[in-house]
Amino acid sequence: MNAVPVNYYIILSAILFTIGALGVLIRRNALVIFMSIELMLNAANLALVAFSSANAQLDGQIFVFFIMTVAAAEVAVGLALIVAVFRTKKSIDVDQINVLKG
Amino acid sequence: MNQADFYSLLPIIVLTTWSALLLIVDLFIDDKKKGITAVLAAAGLALTMGLTLSQTGQTVIGFNGMVILDGFSTFVNTLLLFSGLMAISVAYGYIKRRGIERGEYYSLILFSIVGMMLMAQARDLIVVFIALEMLSIPLYVLAAIDNSNAKSEEAGIKYFLLGAFSGGFVVYGVALVFGATGSTAFAEIAASIATGNAETLLVLAGAALILVGFGFKVGAVPFQMWTPDVYEGAPTSVTAFMAAGAKIAGFSALMRVFATAFPDIAVDIAPVLAVIAALTMIVGNVAAIAQKNIKRMLAYSSIAHAGYILMAFAAFANPALRDDAISAGIFYLVAYAITSFGTWAIVISLEKEDGKGLAIEDYAGLGRTKPLMAAAMTIFMLSLTGIPPTLGLIGKLYLFRVVVEAQFMWLALIGILTSLISAYYYLRVIVIMYMKEGEPETVSESWLTFTWGAMAVLTVVLSLIPASLFAWASGALMK
Amino acid sequence: MGSQTPWVYVGIFVLVGLFIPIAAIAIATFLGPKKPNAIKQSTYECGIETVGDSWIQFKAQYYIFALVFLIFDVETVFLFPWAVSLNSLGIFAVFEGIIFILILLAGLIYAWKKGMLEWA
Repeated sequence: MNAVPVNYYIILSAILFTIGALGVLIRRNALVIFMSIELMLNAANLALVAFSSANAQLDGQIFVFFIMTVAAAEVAVGLALIVAVFRTKKSIDVDQINVLKG
Repeated sequence: MNQADFYSLLPIIVLTTWSALLLIVDLFIDDKKKGITAVLAAAGLALTMGLTLSQTGQTVIGFNGMVILDGFSTFVNTLLLFSGLMAISVAYGYIKRRGIERGEYYSLILFSIVGMMLMAQARDLIVVFIALEMLSIPLYVLAAIDNSNAKSEEAGIKYFLLGAFSGGFVVYGVALVFGATGSTAFAEIAASIATGNAETLLVLAGAALILVGFGFKVGAVPFQMWTPDVYEGAPTSVTAFMAAGAKIAGFSALMRVFATAFPDIAVDIAPVLAVIAALTMIVGNVAAIAQKNIKRMLAYSSIAHAGYILMAFAAFANPALRDDAISAGIFYLVAYAITSFGTWAIVISLEKEDGKGLAIEDYAGLGRTKPLMAAAMTIFMLSLTGIPPTLGLIGKLYLFRVVVEAQFMWLALIGILTSLISAYYYLRVIVIMYMKEGEPETVSESWLTFTWGAMAVLTVVLSLIPASLFAWASGALMK
Repeated sequence: MGSQTPWVYVGIFVLVGLFIPIAAIAIATFLGPKKPNAIKQSTYECGIETVGDSWIQFKAQYYIFALVFLIFDVETVFLFPWAVSLNSLGIFAVFEGIIFILILLAGLIYAWKKGMLEWA
């Protein structure tokens, strides 16, 4: 039985990663930027699982577990920060978060 | 888990336990007595430092090759624990003064150091990533810990978004390297590349993405744009810790990854790193000239110093010079850590509660009102420029020597020229302190005074006996 | 079938994924009687007339509760494989798991003492 070629997964994950990276660079809403970062992490997860099954090794899948937990910790800290900024600024548009400049 | 596993991570296990317990113990410490938490945190760091030093000279590989204890990790971990002690010393009075004294502050510093130490001991890309996040997440919180202050909050969210972004690059780079080589362990990656089993293009793309991720962390051009804002906005005691700790950890991980996992593609990567180093030195030093706020100036200065350390990586292409490049790099990290903690301690001494006292002009008259503090500041500025008799000069000499030996003449030349540029803005601080009239208000606080005093003495004394320190750094080799 | 099997699975997943939402919307559109009037068009909120804007600040306590839940929830990703393979891992794995849970417990005590688990 021929599996779906691993290249297809990698191309899909590269597309997802690019969408995520572009999202971070283009979007101005802190929440959407954060979601784009999560998309980048999940693109990496997809690539890891695909490579893991292609190489017949479990390392990649275990790494995905760690990435998921780390992403959850980042969500907790990141959302708390975004809420804190929203409370003082009434906005999470990164263009308006601009007290600091030089 | 066997004894070797346990022993290889013993200092980290002790510090992790200590910081988790500290978080609980702190809950039962009265708000007015948070000094106890600071003392307990410092005691934990000192204990861990003792354990780390007791492991000097040993090489143990633990957890199926995931982590390693060797000369390099012992040296870097000692430096990290020293940075932690200094970070607590400068924070102790400052956070009380600014009204942000919380027990969590110290726990977060400890957690961050656990991540940094794990980074220095990592021997597998999975551990590198986990260590990277363990050191970063507490730093995001620390940057924003003054949550009534818009600047601190902004620094926190900027650091968080860009830090998470760079983490994404590291993870994707790791995924590509795993796909190309079939492993995340450094030794197996290197073996797979050496035998030609790995797809070179995929490995190069993965290594480049990992480099981008760490470039963000250490503030290398073109990923430096967050540095000035975060350094300015974060509470100064946090900035001091970030400047030293995050840099040490980031560079030690870069060294470890590129020396042990990618030695065979170092030839391809070295020219790229040389260009990044040159750009980082130029951008950091030129942008620092225009700064009026001392925190921003020091932020650009830290970018410039990241550039100097990156020069060591250009020498990586030559395997005969690899050990010299690593010891020159970590020696420079020692010099930078000592000098920068001293400088930040003085910045904290002059900072007012309302954020005033941070302009470079506010240092006018310091030479007359506080001669000792001004003398210490002079030493630090000379050290950052690289003028004798200071540790900064010795660090630069070792770095330039290894760069010249690696036949990167143009890079050494840019390094020297940018050092001359940097003399302008560092010496300007000295000129303002001694030549301009002013009544600077300073805070005398014993731990702060101790920090800048001790760091000034170390900067000068160690520069007189550099050989012994360099011998230690040279012994800190990767196995 | 033969060499095409994985693609058949992908195709089935795509079709089922598309079918369920389309079917749900389509059935409701075709079968549901439409007799709109002013009361039906208004926003439904527990049978009470809505007051004011929906963009109001709501109690942040829910949100912190959710964050604490999220962290502990995700940790089961490690506990589950640990529990499944406990027999083959030996006694050390038991202690390692207990240490892991103790660290989580420290976090729980912290959140509890800080009042994160109180509704009021």
